[in-house]
Order: sequence, then C-alpha cells, then structure tokens
Amino acid sequence: MSQNRHPLFMPLILLGGLIFGFGLGFSQMARPEVVLNFLQFEDFGLLFVMFGAAIVSGIAFAVMPRISDAAPLTGDRYERRLKPFDRNVLIGGGIFGVGWGLSGICPGAAYASLGVGNVTILWALAGMFVGAYLQGYWRSQTADAGAATAGAD
Amino acid sequence: MVLDPVPLQLAAELFPNGISRYAVGGLLVGLGAVVIYVGTGIPAGASTFLESTLSYVSDQSRFQQYVGSRDWRVVFTLGIILGALAFAATVQSGLVTTSLYEPGTTGELYEVGGLTLWSTSVQPWRLFLGGILVGIGTRIGKGCTSGHGVCGVGSASKTSLVGVATFLTVAIVTAQIVAALGVSP
Repeated sequence: MSQNRHPLFMPLILLGGLIFGFGLGFSQMARPEVVLNFLQFEDFGLLFVMFGAAIVSGIAFAVMPRISDAAPLTGDRYERRLKPFDRNVLIGGGIFGVGWGLSGICPGAAYASLGVGNVTILWALAGMFVGAYLQGYWRSQTADAGAATAGAD
Repeated sequence: MVLDPVPLQLAAELFPNGISRYAVGGLLVGLGAVVIYVGTGIPAGASTFLESTLSYVSDQSRFQQYVGSRDWRVVFTLGIILGALAFAATVQSGLVTTSLYEPGTTGELYEVGGLTLWSTSVQPWRLFLGGILVGIGTRIGKGCTSGHGVCGVGSASKTSLVGVATFLTVAIVTAQIVAALGVSP
C-alpha cells in the first residue's frame, strides 16, 4: 500500500463499508439472538446471508480478472489471494467456532451491531481486542524467538 | 407459484421469519465487498481490523505487519458502523417500510431522539468471553465470517471452505451445548 493513494480510495472503502453494514443490519445478522437461533436450528435464514453474500462476491471474483487487468484505484491485479492451508486454519477455526457459538457474534456483525444501537456489544468488541492482543503478543514473542533460527512463520 | 401445504409448512418451520430479510441483507453484504474489490482489488475481511488497529498502540511485530492497511481498515469498520446506523435510522425506525423486512421479536427496541435503536438480551459474560475466543480464533485461523465466509467461499478457496466448515460445525455444537445447559439468553 503506497501513501500516494488515489483520492477516491478512502471514499470507496467507506461506501463499501456502508453497504456492508446496512446489509448486516437488514439481515439482522448484527443481532446475536438471530445467529444463536440459527446455530440452534430454530431459524435457517442465516444461510441466505452467508451464501447470498458469497455468490455475489463470487461473481465479481470470477468476472473481474477476465475483463480488466488491474483495479482502477490501486493498480493492483485482480487475483485470487489464496491463504495457505495449515493446521492453524483448523485450530483457529475451532476456537472461533466456540466463541461464535457462545456469543452469537462475529467481528463484522459486532461493528454493525454497535451501529444499530447495541451498546451492550461493546463487551464482545472489548473481548475481541483482548483475544486478538493475546494471540498477537504470544505469536510475536515466538516468532521473534524463532526468527534467529528459522525465519518468520 | 403453486405450493401444496406440506412444503409450505416445512418452509414455515425452517424459516419462521421468512427469507427475504436474510437474502436482501446477504446481497447487500456481498455488494459491499464487491464495491471494494472492483475498485481496489482487495478482498476485504472484518477481523484483520482488530490486529491492524492494535498496531497503533503496540509495537509487537504481529500487529506492525498491518501498518500499511490500518488506516483504511478503520475507515471500513466506521463504514460498517455507519451503514448499520443508517439502517437503524430508516428501516428499523419505520421511516422506510418494506415487506422484505421482517422485524422479528429478538432483543429490545428503544428510542433515542426519534431513532429506534436495538439492544441485545444476550448476557454480557457470553459476549465478552465469546469475544475473546473470536479474537483469538479468527486471527489464528486466518479469517472470519467475512474473510473466509464471504470472500474466501466466493473465490472457492479450499482453505476458506475448510475454515468455514470448521467454525460453523464447532459453533453449532457449542451453541447447542450452551442451550442444553439452560443458558438463556
């Protein structure tokens, strides 16, 4: 990311966030109760949020690389940025799953929840920062210790 | 469209709040991600914000690697909050009415200056403890419901499909156990 960004870069990020957040509010995925009702098999509607969103973005991910070489605001190529698979995906996914199943809230939905007026969700947001800090602190220490011998993870 | 009563009954059981609010909301979530991707080439996720924002206050290498993206991630998160507030000010407040939106009965609505806001009934300890695990897990697991679930599944990434299958399965089991233990809300 260069500091000489296109003047429309930030406005576009904001616009994308606005639409994203409005959608999370409208779908009620911003409500922990609705997520918990889904996980407890009482209302399967949330499948339409996840798959609906994945299908829409999937179309763009498939089409854009074919019709254009680079994104207009960054010059970055449209490419699949695939994250490498390792056991962290399973371990982290498992820990996230316990947290999601206990609280009914995930990061994006928590930001949106604050927007619909859910001040109580600050508990979850505080927890997320604490959790992100704990793992980051621990992984920074182990990475720094291991860097001398093996390089970064 | 002709439907006989049995599938209709089944649909009412599986989807007691209908599907339109979910489908419309999902399309908008996807559209938000598409707007950013088409303009910038970035497949946006929501959980990196947690670590990138910590880089403002911590020198740990794990957070400092996100210095280059931390400013726009703050803007993205502010956009999500303001977009949800715009929803609250329009549809939730009844200023805009649409048959596509089913208000439901969860949580509590309250009024502030003509604005209808909503608050959860889920207990704070669940939110805080769950939040800690979400913060740890999404960052170790390389993504959350938006990064893996929307962008990853959308680009048919095997890593993301496995990630989603893992956290979804574990979340279902966890929520069922918590409910069976009588914890509510």
